[in-house]
Amino acid sequence: MSGLASESVSASTPAVRHRLAERGIDPQLFLLVPATVFVVALFIYPFCYGIAVSLQPAQGGALAAYRAFFTDAYQRDTITTTLAIALPAALFNVFAAVPIAYRMRGRFRGKRLLTTVLVVPITLGTVLTAEGLLNFLGPTGWFNRILLSTHLVDQPVTLTHNYWGVCLSLVITGFPFAFLLVLSYLSGIDPTLERAAATLGAGWAQRFFRITLPLLAPGLATTFCLTFVLAFSVFPSAILVGDPTGGTRVISIAAYEAAYVRYDYAAASATAIVMGAVELVVISIVLGLRSLFYTGSTAGGKG
Amino acid sequence: MRGRIVASPGAWLVWGLVAIFFAGLAGVIGSVVVNSFGVRWFDTWLPESYTTQWYGQAWTDFTLLPVLTVTLVVCLLVAGISVLVGVPAAYVLARRKFPGSRLVYLLFLLPILMPPITYGIPLATVLYKYGFAGHLSGVVLANLVPSVPFVILTMTPFIEQIDPSIERAARMCGARTRHVFTSVLAPLLVPGILAASILVVVRTVGMFELTFLTAGPDSQTLVVALFYSMSAAGIRAQQSVDAMAVIYCVMMLVLLVVALRFVNPTQLVARVKEDPE
Repeated sequence: MSGLASESVSASTPAVRHRLAERGIDPQLFLLVPATVFVVALFIYPFCYGIAVSLQPAQGGALAAYRAFFTDAYQRDTITTTLAIALPAALFNVFAAVPIAYRMRGRFRGKRLLTTVLVVPITLGTVLTAEGLLNFLGPTGWFNRILLSTHLVDQPVTLTHNYWGVCLSLVITGFPFAFLLVLSYLSGIDPTLERAAATLGAGWAQRFFRITLPLLAPGLATTFCLTFVLAFSVFPSAILVGDPTGGTRVISIAAYEAAYVRYDYAAASATAIVMGAVELVVISIVLGLRSLFYTGSTAGGKG
Repeated sequence: MRGRIVASPGAWLVWGLVAIFFAGLAGVIGSVVVNSFGVRWFDTWLPESYTTQWYGQAWTDFTLLPVLTVTLVVCLLVAGISVLVGVPAAYVLARRKFPGSRLVYLLFLLPILMPPITYGIPLATVLYKYGFAGHLSGVVLANLVPSVPFVILTMTPFIEQIDPSIERAARMCGARTRHVFTSVLAPLLVPGILAASILVVVRTVGMFELTFLTAGPDSQTLVVALFYSMSAAGIRAQQSVDAMAVIYCVMMLVLLVVALRFVNPTQLVARVKEDPE
């Protein structure tokens, strides 16, 4: 493939070819073409198509679909509902992962087993987690049984088909994800930096807050973004363990309903684009904050 | 001191949280497994008696054989195509700096950063317009969108590890790019390619949103069939839905065990390459 490409380019004058090659452009770049075509055809084009569809509603002006979304409280409130589920879940996952990963950053027996077990909920995915949560946390499930038999509560606690069910499902799939990422960032920080601080008389808290946390902060920002993306697109668990017509009517349900229940593609595309925009705003705020931190080598030593 | 568990309050708190999490996880998975074997399980700790009939019922009621075949075919196609398309691109991105290389990198990063529903709905609309959606081809095409960038991001560090002087030596001996790829790079990259394709298979089996939006009645993968049988609760016995969930679970765990032979658990999560600043 590249051989063909080089023959077609060699038709042009050698001087141009050399000048381009000096700037890093040569026939080898044709290897990028298939992947780029794929992403442009299956990601960029549908996205632009979606924007175009959202601007051509069946009736009303170009922005009618967006106006309908923002004036209808039933649709508009899905944004706050989604953020109210996704932000606390993502923050909890990241901040619960930090002390646990900090404690486990060294070598100890069974670390490989622990990380392997933590990968299990990620691979199982949200649909199976939802099914398990319905059984486990339901009114006659094991969880309520334990609470009732130890007389901690008198009535079964309702944890399914509401906000808490969705949050718990996000923690079960999101926490291991955040933990493994934070652990890999933490293991990238040279432990001698902390030992040096300890030699100079820094206590545990000083070492953590003055040395480790600042070095970890950019990694935490990235982890938060990836966990937030997972939590923000919550769809199957919001339907299965949530209350899809009320408390957990997240924006992805609104988009799905518009597309496959009402067959209103303009509204569906508009909702999907609002969803993407809200998510990008949150991510760019976090990444903007991240650029204020030190981002550089986390390896100490002579470097 | 090293190696001994020092029982400070912080350590107790951390290990306690981990224990609670694992207890919850065990409860979630265990209740599904127990229910799938139970005859009747209403207001007791464990079912009255056990049976395996729900598995047979789930197998016939949910027509699991075609569903499993579709899942397998989709996964193999997605993994194969994304490796074929992604590895050459990863090679260029790992080795070369050219004007716009950061833009191209961002282009490949975007599909991973966006939630699948956001681009899934416009993508499904486009695929329906051209008649792909509702068939196997639509499901494969939709699943390729996150998989190709994922292969690129996973393979780039693998390729960076290979000493470029090996390639230069091959070129000195007169090998063309095609020969460099087939006889020099491919053998060296086999572990990386294997890891990347297994990760793609794991992600594709678990990928719910994109398959859900593009699948027709005869192109559902297991996870989508599981969702439909769950959301239509009441028609089928809960136990037979759970039996199907256990089949899905076992399939994922087998894949996971295979995957962990080749990759580090952290790699299953994401390969975050810090962008140079």
